[in-house]
Amino acid sequence: MRRRSGPGGTARAAAAGWGELPQRAEKAALGCVPAGDRRVFLVYANRCCYRRSVRCTETTVLMPNVTIIEPGLQERNYWRDLWRYRELFYVLAWRDLAVRYKQTVIGAAWAVIRPLLAMVVFSVIFGRIAKLPSDGAAPYPLMVFAGMLPWTFFSTGLGEASGSLIGNSNLISKVYFPRLIVPTAAVVVAFADFAISFGILVVMMVWYRFAPGWQILALPGFVLLAFLASIGPGLWITALNVKYRDFRYVIPFVVQLGLYVSPVGFSSQVVPPQWRLLYSLNPMVGVIDGFRWCILGGQAGLYLPGLAMSLVVAAFFLWFGIRRFRHTEKSFADLI
Amino acid sequence: MPPPIISVENLSKRYLVGHRTERAGRHSYVALRDVLAQEMRNAARKAVDVVRGRQVVQGDTFEEFWALRDVSFEVHQGEVLGIIGRNGAGKSTLLKLLSRITEPTAGRITLRGRVASLLEVGTGFHPELTGRENIYLNGAILGMSRAEIRKKFDEIVAFAEVERFLDTPVKRYSSGMYVRLAFAVAAHLEPEILIVDEVLAVGDADFQKKCLGKMDEVARGQGRTVLLVSHNMSTLTALADRGLMLERGRAAFDGHASAAVAAYAAHGPRQAVYQEPGGRSIALPHISRIDIKTSDPGGVHRFGEPLEIVFQISHQRPMARACFSFQIKSFHNQAAIHKELCYPTVKFGDSAGCTTVACRFPRLRLNVGRFYIRANLTEPPGGAIYQMLDGVADFEVIRTDSASFWGWQADACAYHEDHQWEVTDATAEAILQR
Repeated sequence: MRRRSGPGGTARAAAAGWGELPQRAEKAALGCVPAGDRRVFLVYANRCCYRRSVRCTETTVLMPNVTIIEPGLQERNYWRDLWRYRELFYVLAWRDLAVRYKQTVIGAAWAVIRPLLAMVVFSVIFGRIAKLPSDGAAPYPLMVFAGMLPWTFFSTGLGEASGSLIGNSNLISKVYFPRLIVPTAAVVVAFADFAISFGILVVMMVWYRFAPGWQILALPGFVLLAFLASIGPGLWITALNVKYRDFRYVIPFVVQLGLYVSPVGFSSQVVPPQWRLLYSLNPMVGVIDGFRWCILGGQAGLYLPGLAMSLVVAAFFLWFGIRRFRHTEKSFADLI
Repeated sequence: MPPPIISVENLSKRYLVGHRTERAGRHSYVALRDVLAQEMRNAARKAVDVVRGRQVVQGDTFEEFWALRDVSFEVHQGEVLGIIGRNGAGKSTLLKLLSRITEPTAGRITLRGRVASLLEVGTGFHPELTGRENIYLNGAILGMSRAEIRKKFDEIVAFAEVERFLDTPVKRYSSGMYVRLAFAVAAHLEPEILIVDEVLAVGDADFQKKCLGKMDEVARGQGRTVLLVSHNMSTLTALADRGLMLERGRAAFDGHASAAVAAYAAHGPRQAVYQEPGGRSIALPHISRIDIKTSDPGGVHRFGEPLEIVFQISHQRPMARACFSFQIKSFHNQAAIHKELCYPTVKFGDSAGCTTVACRFPRLRLNVGRFYIRANLTEPPGGAIYQMLDGVADFEVIRTDSASFWGWQADACAYHEDHQWEVTDATAEAILQR
């Protein structure tokens, strides 16, 4: 892990003893803070930043690598801390992946079986029995699977993220790290399942001899959108879950309902045109439509106002989720 | 003088604690209407709390509880600070605040260095993962980078003595192996400030010694700053330079480690009498009263004087086979005396009522210090356990007969055996006279 004051900085300062002034660049930025000055200089990686509302009672020289803990002090370097703890992020994500299918007989095959069975059921019910139209000439099962892919990713991600803090309560109450790592690492598990399902999609496309168009290049963008759409509400709900365990029962219900509200088993073209914009308030509508547009090529038209609406809603939830999460983060250990 | 590596100013932490009032909890003759109204009020209050984003407190009333109140101290580089105090004195809260796990209610902490905290052995160990995987996992959680762990991997494995089981899931480990591995990872951290909570009491005696040695090496040899919480006073005096005693959330003593331990031991009024709490009627046989008859009033006992301890045992029904034992324990948590009265040898409590058991020591030779009583009332080994009392009554041994320096030291020895010196060397007298 990179030390706070840049490579070698801490080691140098430690070797020099804390009393001595740090090296050149840092010395310039440091300076002395006169008594009564309401600013404290924090030196990180040769950069100097200060915040108001911290009282200085005497002339103080702060060394690099200083941490100040005060009530209500939102750390300026939170995002930097998040970057610094990225190894923990990898390790937690790897742990969740490694233990996901431990002590199961067929292991990762579960990631194949579940979406396949759901696809078969939906194709039969919506395609054969209800005789709903597919997107253009695309085979119905392929259209269902192209919608199932982002939906499963979203719902698994949301579920994993919203339960993640409680599932890691032993860590939360014993070790410090930016808590944002826990729910984001949990979503990575959903991504692994997504990758496996994507393999099935490729097999299906070969089976139906269906070649995607240039639109497939936009797919990573929609994967990112699905990720953001799940992490936003996930962050909010996992923070709420710490305080009020009621939300543990809300998520499975929301996911179950969402499967029918979102255009997973049917094409969103069956929705009357005057309702489509309103329908796109569900951010997954934009994501699923986008996926179908990418995978099925031109067969599914992209409804741009709806996509924009979904984007705005997803962005709002992301902003709101991070805000609520950051707001309550410091009390997690007391409440969990 | 360099600035202190840790400075803590007026640190306070408040918690909200919920209570269930008597009316709602205990009494069975409450109208359903009242209960419903009470529950409705609670639900409404909780709903308001949820909307305002406040903490939901269980129970129907709640109060504030200050786990820490206006604590200030400084620690300089290379110092080992031991934190002592009774349960609930605020030690763990202090460590949690220092390791940034929770936020203070008021006050400020300034840390000048990388902090690693070890509040629990094996935080984040996953039972399904192998030993090797868990070393990486736990290391990352404690703040080590993968490169750092890779560099120290062999050292960690050698320290934990688990080479053969590296690729076994840790759920198959014995509990000893588990804690050894966990401590080994933590011991190879290299922070400027190390915060440790009660983790030394792990493993068998040999491994404990190894842990202590490692701790000592970290503190003394590498010049790191260590904050240590332990209930084991002998560990604390061995490792720490300085002691901070907390009492009900406040810093009650700050000074040399052995002075702090002495302050802790001498702290509070001695209670040479234990009386069972009134208002309860226990059908099981139990100890209703303990009287320590010390030579001086106020629970103070002069070294070498006779001591009598009287126990009263109540049994509403006759006890078929009874076994009574007690220990006198020092404040270092070491049992100094153990005496028992057991069924086949001695029979008592054959009829319903009260039995008085007195134990007399004609000449108590315990060294000076504070001692307390632990008493057990059971059936013979393997049978029922009626009652176990720990730390209920205490007394202090003082010495007025000896002018020797060592005689006044609480931790100089455990007890004084009767003895005679004989010096035969011709020069001995000359040396002594000089």
